[in-house]
Amino acid sequence: MKILVCISHVPDTTSKINFKENDTKFDANGVQFVINPYDEFSLTRAMWFKEKQGATVTVVNVGNATTEPTLRKALAIGADDAIRVNTEALDGFLVAKQIAEVVKKGDYDLVLAGRESIDYNGGMVPGMLASILDFNFVNGCIGLEIDGDAATASREIDGGNEKISTNLPLIIAGQKGLVEEKDLRIPNMRGIMMARKKPLSVIEPVEVSSQTATTSFEKPAAKGAVKLVDADNVDELINLLHNEAKVI
Amino acid sequence: MSVLVFADSSEGKFKKSAFEVVSYGKKIAEQLGSNVVAVTINVADASELYTYGAEKVVSVSNDQITTFNAKAYASVLKQIASKENASAVIIDSSIDGLYLAPMVAVNLEAGYASNVVALPSSTSPFTVKRKAFSNKAFSNTIISTDVKIIGLAKNSFGVHENPVSGTTESFDAQITDADLGVKSVSVDKATGKVTIADADIVISAGRGLKGPENWGMIEELAEVLGAATACSKPVSDLGWRPHGEHVGQTGKPVASNLYIAIGISGAIQHLAGINASKVKVVINTDPEAPFFKAADYGIVGDAFEVVPTLIEKLKAFKQS
Ligand SMILES: Cc1cc2nc3c(=O)[nH]c(=O)nc-3n(C[C@H](O)[C@H](O)[C@H](O)COP(=O)(O)OP(=O)(O)OC[C@H]3O[C@@H](n4cnc5c(N)ncnc54)[C@H](O)[C@@H]3O)c2cc1C
Ligand SMILES: Nc1ncnc2c1ncn2[C@@H]1O[C@H](COP(=O)(O)O)[C@@H](O)[C@H]1O
Repeated sequence: MKILVCISHVPDTTSKINFKENDTKFDANGVQFVINPYDEFSLTRAMWFKEKQGATVTVVNVGNATTEPTLRKALAIGADDAIRVNTEALDGFLVAKQIAEVVKKGDYDLVLAGRESIDYNGGMVPGMLASILDFNFVNGCIGLEIDGDAATASREIDGGNEKISTNLPLIIAGQKGLVEEKDLRIPNMRGIMMARKKPLSVIEPVEVSSQTATTSFEKPAAKGAVKLVDADNVDELINLLHNEAKVI
Repeated sequence: MSVLVFADSSEGKFKKSAFEVVSYGKKIAEQLGSNVVAVTINVADASELYTYGAEKVVSVSNDQITTFNAKAYASVLKQIASKENASAVIIDSSIDGLYLAPMVAVNLEAGYASNVVALPSSTSPFTVKRKAFSNKAFSNTIISTDVKIIGLAKNSFGVHENPVSGTTESFDAQITDADLGVKSVSVDKATGKVTIADADIVISAGRGLKGPENWGMIEELAEVLGAATACSKPVSDLGWRPHGEHVGQTGKPVASNLYIAIGISGAIQHLAGINASKVKVVINTDPEAPFFKAADYGIVGDAFEVVPTLIEKLKAFKQS
């Protein structure tokens, strides 16, 4: 089995979000970048397929050279090789088109991605990729087993989960549950040393135009101060929620 | 030209989001000078949608898709969008909507913006405001393709009545074997419980509750208010509560009218996922807990005292 894991390079979850150039660009100054948390679940599941079922694991990112440390981190966790498609990730469609080319050239039969990137929160790439390639697709995946060509998966649904049967070739957008949090791997020294020698190939993009463009960013409006209610005066809270906020 | 909205349903009944997308679609249709067409799948009587402005409903009945199937639904929407010459397609950004919409987008060679929170600020260029950076910001995004796909974030536009005398047409959708490549085997779902996605009120508790044995009062409070229950990440990691209740940046998003956080400190990753809720209440012993900065109302106090009192008083309030 040839697995491709899509890695998006995102600000750490604790980052303060700021913009520059008149709120038209994200200000990366002082921001720590990490593997998108959802992609970590997928990468860890891919390592399991590698160790237990002899799969090979390639990681891919569509982005400029600044994303390479993130790809190296994925190699240190255990991926065999990495590909960077050398172009700005302008929108989900453009990224999906670039990854589709990588899938076709490399004949991957399983693509693992994340439910969404925690920066632009598009949730677009995996579904678009599936439609471009006409592969099967499971979104919000919280469990995956592969046996030959057959796959059984589960996905989160509103208020529960759904068991699914499908076949390779397959695209998966994973989240917590695909592996448990405690099983996520932190690169160790040996992994980091080995990652330096693993191949990271930079390939040029195919020509695609993006379909959407971000023109500016805004921060949510500043919130008024909290109204404190005395712990002995719960009636007042009920009164405020009923008469002022009108939510009960 | 028309604006197509997908009015999602479950077991033949419309989800609340269906009325919100129809309300929104109606307004966009006015902006664009076109009409709104709602699509339903396996709903016997769609006339409820007329109340929210759907002049026309295209109704699909097909026993190959009695439960949600993203690829097959995407194919149905493509067929109808082509027939109705749709210039925009509106889908809710729910778990199922987020699964479906990117596939519809590729099928229709349309640009897609998810988690949109308002009407387009301009229709030329077509510009929408959407959530980004896990609720820490918004981005104004231009969709430059002829056909636009909009994923509407829950509770961002609201349900607005706009009664019209509508008509329903049935449509015979073609579904191929390839469309059914992903099959549902079984569904495991708590019955009779309000889900976080559907709930107007969410009661959420954190590590401050000390242990799973203390959740009785949380469930009781939720029951009194007809609310869903949720929890912080460590609570589900510790196995005190099911994973499905974990809310926050890496859990489920919450966009309810009221969010009550009990014994939750208000870490940035927690707040990111619940910030879209309209009114936030915090109950915490520590007046310095960061949640007080994000909340509208707060009580500095011990959950084990405040919550039982709250339950009692709410019961009395509900009766009066
Ligand atoms: C990559 C990453 C992703 C994350 N994603 C999420 C996420 O999606 N969702 C999430 O929730 N967290 C997430 N976290 C974890 C987050 O950083 C916090 O650790 C977590 O939210 C804290 O949970 P808590 O508030 O329940 O617990 P604590 O921080 O331990 O807070 C407990 C609170 O209870 C109060 N308390 C104690 N006793 C009482 C009492 N008797 N009555 C009332 N109050 C009391 C305390 O004052 C305290 O404020 C993430 C972390 C990382 C690193
Ligand atoms: N620039 C990128 N390079 C590689 N994979 C990506 C990129 N952007 C998104 N992805 C993958 O697609 C998933 C969903 O991302 P998004 O559609 O941006 O929310 C992520 O979790 C990644 O697995």
